[in-house]
Amino acid sequence: MAPTETHQFPPPKVLTYHHHQSSSSSPPPTLITQGAEGRLYKTTHLTRDRPCALKYRPPKPYRHPVLDARLTKARLASEAKVLERCRREGVSVPAVYAVDPAAGWMMMEWIEGVPVRVRINAWLGERCGEEDGEEGEEMDETPLVDLMKRVGEAVGALHRTGVVHGDLTTSNMMLRPPPPPPGQVNGREEEDNKAKVLEGEVVLIDFGLATQSMSDEDRAVDLYVLERAFASTHPRAERLFASVLASYRDAFKKASSVLVKLEDVRMRGRKRSMLG
Amino acid sequence: MNAITKKKRRIALGCEGSANKLGIGVILHEGDLSSPSSTCTSRVLSNVRHTFVSPPGTGFLPKDTARHHRAFFVRVAKQALADAGVSAADIDCVCYTRGPGMGAPLTSVAVAARTLALLWGRDLVGVNHCVGHIEMGRAITGAEHPVVLYVSGGNTQVIAYAEQRYRIFGETLDIAVGNCLDRFARALAISNDPAPGYNIEQLAKQGGRVLLDLPYAVKGMDCSFSGILTRAEELAAQMKAGGKGPDGEPFTGADLCFSLQETVFAMLVEITERAMAHVGSSQVLIVGGVGCNERLQDMMGAMAADRGGSVYATDERFCIDNGIMIAHAGLLAYETGFRTLMEESTCTQRFRTDEVFVKWRR
Repeated sequence: MAPTETHQFPPPKVLTYHHHQSSSSSPPPTLITQGAEGRLYKTTHLTRDRPCALKYRPPKPYRHPVLDARLTKARLASEAKVLERCRREGVSVPAVYAVDPAAGWMMMEWIEGVPVRVRINAWLGERCGEEDGEEGEEMDETPLVDLMKRVGEAVGALHRTGVVHGDLTTSNMMLRPPPPPPGQVNGREEEDNKAKVLEGEVVLIDFGLATQSMSDEDRAVDLYVLERAFASTHPRAERLFASVLASYRDAFKKASSVLVKLEDVRMRGRKRSMLG
Repeated sequence: MNAITKKKRRIALGCEGSANKLGIGVILHEGDLSSPSSTCTSRVLSNVRHTFVSPPGTGFLPKDTARHHRAFFVRVAKQALADAGVSAADIDCVCYTRGPGMGAPLTSVAVAARTLALLWGRDLVGVNHCVGHIEMGRAITGAEHPVVLYVSGGNTQVIAYAEQRYRIFGETLDIAVGNCLDRFARALAISNDPAPGYNIEQLAKQGGRVLLDLPYAVKGMDCSFSGILTRAEELAAQMKAGGKGPDGEPFTGADLCFSLQETVFAMLVEITERAMAHVGSSQVLIVGGVGCNERLQDMMGAMAADRGGSVYATDERFCIDNGIMIAHAGLLAYETGFRTLMEESTCTQRFRTDEVFVKWRR
């Protein structure tokens, strides 16, 4: 992730307007990440007390300008539409505040928390440090299995609304921490944090490749992409992916035919070493 | 059996024939394996290749390709030994491609490799073709921990190393990108000499007045090329019938080559960038035959620079299938004690990159 620190970009034009210049100066936008899709800024540009996420898809220097403009516009417009639909149907996604597809930006609700990927790896890393060997004593996996269930539920809820994500990875899921209980007593904080590392609501983000689809095939490919991303990012927790699928089945009425299709997609994937 | 780890100089012969190139190479590894602090160096002693080229408008069929490999094996092997200045007595092991690839050509080369091993009384090492490409690319470019884009006539994969395996992050959902280009070349009867992809690249340099609309098929870190091929073939038929482009003017084969390259390479760069963002890497290594394409290298370079990183690529000697990569990857495995017993020295058309246990890396 180092390049995001060392690299400076000119911010998108929308962030250089100064509405409140006379009365107050809002702090400058912070570049949060340069994802593959574009850059994400955290900004209080809209109102001073409400941070929001600005997603900006800068022109890709490697891509033909005609193709680039076509893709950027189509993807932002569809992303906003899909997010709105999810929001309406009660799926946990960021709310859209404003969008300009031709200019390549969209303003959304700021989601507190960290990516699920980070938390899983932190948890696995901690666990491995405590164990001596590969076949050491089994630690209690309940918190991880529980998180897997919430991931499965989130994907099930998404598919229920007729949306497929198109790029499901554990980087594209945020773990929003539960609001702190009122009147918390200090002292046991460290122990609490360790237990709570996997707690929180799973919020799906980055709908840049999402489409509206009800087909088993598209849904199965969505799961397959997640399964593979999971296997490559968390090889030590690969076997727990079954819990994701189990809770997906519980959360989504039409899951069984999707899971049958997933078998086909996997088989297709397996023989993909050499074709033609 | 572990005598090899005591030797300061280790030499392997590698035989590759998974597609239409027959390649045999000799590699030398120097350095002390027993002390973990010392670094080993690799040196290419020879790298000989002979390619089966089919007439324009056709592809290479397995049986013809296998016949080619059988006919040229002895000649190419003798040349590889002569170029390297070594004799059979200097060779520590014989490496061959186990897969993936076309069945008949793989089998021909495996038979020849077994023969050499028996003739010289040496161990056999079966090598995964994709791992061969990756290890050779790393050795030549010095890329330490790159995201790898492996693009050829048979394979399209985005790979990153984690925990003793080359893990596949993204790949084609149907045909390989090189297969898409090769088959499109047939539609325009573009020459297969030296390679259809090379000729498409040259032709594309004359095109570019218009960008013809082709499907753009990316799903997460995966992509698909068969729909693009179908549309490109339709456009080729329209062009021959005097059809017009989006600007109302007729378009040429060069415009088609240009549009096809711009579209499929943009897809490849996009999925590679997504994998880089996912694993937090800024290095990218391109391997495989399509990796020689300079337009692809330039586009990848622009993307990597935008991320504060860089692109590593090799030229046709190492990008296009060759024997030296099999020798190198085979010797790396051999040095960790890996052997392929004669009775297990099979080959397989389907052999995934992530099936190989990579014992030689940390």
